[in-house]
Amino acid sequence: METQTVHHGAMFDTNELVINMGPQHPSTHGVLRVVLRLDGEKVVDCDVVIGYLHRGIEKLSENRNWTQIVLLTDRMDYVAAATSNVGYCETVEKLLQLEVPRRARYVRTILCELQRIASHCLWVGTHAMDIGAMTVFLYAFRERELILDLFEEFCGARLTYNSMRIGGLPLDVPPGWAKKVLEFCTIMEAKVGEYEELLTHNRIWLERTKGIGIISGPEATGLGLCGPALRGSGVARDVRKDEPYAAYDEVQFDVVIGTNGDTYDRYLVRMEEFRQSLRIIRQATEGIPEGPIVGKVPRLIKPAAGETYHAIESPKGELGYFIVSDGKSTNPYRFRVRPPSFCNLQGLRRLVRGHLVADVVALIGSIDIVLGEVDR
Amino acid sequence: MIDQVLIPLLKIVIVLNATLVAVTYMVLLERKVIAWAQSRLGPMRVGPYGVLQPIADAIKLMIKEDITPVRADKWVFTAAPIISMVPALIVYAVIPFGPTVSLFGRKVSLYITDINVGLLYIVSVASVGVYGIILAGYSSNSKYPLLASLRASAQLISYEVAVTLTLVSVILMAGSLSMVEIVNAQYNQHVWFVFAQPFAFVLVLIGGLAETNRAPFDLPEAEQELTGGFHTEYSGMRFALFFLAEYANMIVVSSVVTTLFLGGWLPPFPNVGALHLLYYVPSWTWFLIKSFLFLYLFIWIRATLPRYRYDQLMRLGWKVLIPLAILNLVVTGIVKVMLM
Amino acid sequence: MAQAIAFYFIAACILGFAVLVVTTRDTVHSVLFLVLDFLFVAALYVLLGAQFLAAIQVLVYAGGIVVLYLFVVMLVNLKRPPEAHEDPHRRTKLGFGLAAAVLLELGAIAVYGSVNPAAPMPATPAIPVSGNTEQVGWLLYTSYLIPFEIASMLLLVAMIGAIVLAKREL
Repeated sequence: METQTVHHGAMFDTNELVINMGPQHPSTHGVLRVVLRLDGEKVVDCDVVIGYLHRGIEKLSENRNWTQIVLLTDRMDYVAAATSNVGYCETVEKLLQLEVPRRARYVRTILCELQRIASHCLWVGTHAMDIGAMTVFLYAFRERELILDLFEEFCGARLTYNSMRIGGLPLDVPPGWAKKVLEFCTIMEAKVGEYEELLTHNRIWLERTKGIGIISGPEATGLGLCGPALRGSGVARDVRKDEPYAAYDEVQFDVVIGTNGDTYDRYLVRMEEFRQSLRIIRQATEGIPEGPIVGKVPRLIKPAAGETYHAIESPKGELGYFIVSDGKSTNPYRFRVRPPSFCNLQGLRRLVRGHLVADVVALIGSIDIVLGEVDR
Repeated sequence: MIDQVLIPLLKIVIVLNATLVAVTYMVLLERKVIAWAQSRLGPMRVGPYGVLQPIADAIKLMIKEDITPVRADKWVFTAAPIISMVPALIVYAVIPFGPTVSLFGRKVSLYITDINVGLLYIVSVASVGVYGIILAGYSSNSKYPLLASLRASAQLISYEVAVTLTLVSVILMAGSLSMVEIVNAQYNQHVWFVFAQPFAFVLVLIGGLAETNRAPFDLPEAEQELTGGFHTEYSGMRFALFFLAEYANMIVVSSVVTTLFLGGWLPPFPNVGALHLLYYVPSWTWFLIKSFLFLYLFIWIRATLPRYRYDQLMRLGWKVLIPLAILNLVVTGIVKVMLM
Repeated sequence: MAQAIAFYFIAACILGFAVLVVTTRDTVHSVLFLVLDFLFVAALYVLLGAQFLAAIQVLVYAGGIVVLYLFVVMLVNLKRPPEAHEDPHRRTKLGFGLAAAVLLELGAIAVYGSVNPAAPMPATPAIPVSGNTEQVGWLLYTSYLIPFEIASMLLLVAMIGAIVLAKREL
């Protein structure tokens, strides 16, 4: 990091204070380390240090067979494990040129959107907590619990689901599950309003988020931001719309975008995404077709030599998998993930510059990162 | 002898102990109320509905290891929690819990003392309390506490100005600085000052929140930003002292607001003959009920609102509260002169 | 008797802490002793029956001004005086000189006082109000109105000066 002196005027030169935020800090959402250089409370510059949660998932995957990798993808974005599962399975299916039954694609859509709501619940809770509104945290976790219950009923796990198989689903949805999902939608609809009541028009919340970390659309694209962080700046980029996967081409929903590109707009985008997700879940659950849940998958998965990139819209942004198969072994030759959190974290340095220490935590919350995914 | 020494001594002992018990149970109340606000139960394990939780907490804190960081300024580090605790307690000397009553054929006043500069005494003692926070931050020799203590000093000084300026208009109304006289003035003028001075009431409430470092102004201890703020390096009983001081200050603020604006120990509508029945309730009960309302309000606010940012807090203090306080003072003065 | 004991105790504390303020190496400790000093001065006011002054002393000096001192000292964090390399004896000599001058002056006043016993104080104008605070207010707005106003003008000038210094680009 280049050094520079701060000048206030000839009389009152001040020294910079270097502060080490994390890797153990309540608001860095895990083991993120941010080295802040402060002038008073103003952030002059910052260095984002990552790697504290590195487990070598990508390298590990090159030594596991294709089915085992699903389990590893759980451990990336561990608050949205099902999305990572779906993304991986679809990539391999693309590599295998495998047709996935319509019923499986519908269930995947429902799971992905439930996961998006769960992830956004966690985000709104921690984001509000970072800014000091602690009640929202408990409320949001209460609803996230309902989603975890649904997942538990579907696949038996509550956090790392291992809920997908290449070619379809591991097992069909339990009887009565669809009805429970619809019930959940009704509850959630009201609860989103409850969060918004506590935050959206709260004066303190507005003061803390409006005009903080403004980034223009082109700049955000240039930095490689994705997901709600990009849409908050008014760029209508959503993989679900642009390159539909699962059953997204068969449901109606809107891509939510912001106008100012500040923390408040990113907040509004995610709040509206709650509602859009509910809309998708309702349509998918009501229109879920009968039929098989697994396609024609070979017993030994061994894709022909070749490479592919496939992206899906995870709750945090564009989650892409790049996989190379050599066509000989039963494991990938090269496995690489494009994690949205990692790419969004690139923007942090740009966002926090010139803001105050208190804004740093608001901004870390507003780009919604999960360190498991950043470090892999 | 009994009137001179024994009774005041007894009163001091009672008030101090009652305060300390109240403070520990304040913590429980806060945890319970916030838990209910957040659809949780709060402490439930120690005793029925967790009523023995404060005692368990106290034991835990007392037997915990008391760590002094190696590079801390040892003397100041030790003194800081004491400095923040003592002012919080000695303020209770002038808070009137009730009027003078007859007890066992003896005239006993339900306050430790009534000095003629009572309100000023409270303000000035409270202003010393900030040293505890500043010194804790400085002596820890650590960056986060230092930042927090810088925030604290700036915050407390600014809000002290606003609150003190606002109190002046109440003093104008009452014509006295004595806490007992202020209550009596509300009786004589047939109005609680909350109706005569609504602006002052709101300003003092906001300023009081800021001066006790309560949400939404709890920047010096903002856990999410400064990892606990000025008491980051403290552990065990020293840490507990900071907390006790904070809660004791909360009780002080609510007592002062009760005395100044809600007629202290007076029952509602003290001058309405039809409601004379209310006088059969002991006066201190009214005082406690009213103070409790404010404590509840403080907890409620904490459960609801996000936190202000440092610069916004200062802006609110200097650009909103202080001008409003001055305006309120000027208007009160003019009205008072015109009525004379 | 009790009054005398209290006075001597407080006076001794004031002097003792004052000495500590100038002799302590650590600047922050020095400021802290200054706070204690102010608190004991306030105690002296209480002893004189001037509760109002005592409260103001604590509020303004101990609670306000010294907090700002502490603020500055903590930020600057001076561990040693900046020009420690200068001739140390020059300062000592200057100090002794000043101390001697003050001592001489005090002695002169004492001798003068004992030779010419003080004329009875000019009768203060009768104060038509009772109560500590009221009396201070009455005197400030009658006998000492002009000094009071001048002092407030001074403070205003200082305030504007501080703002101008801090906000160059204003």
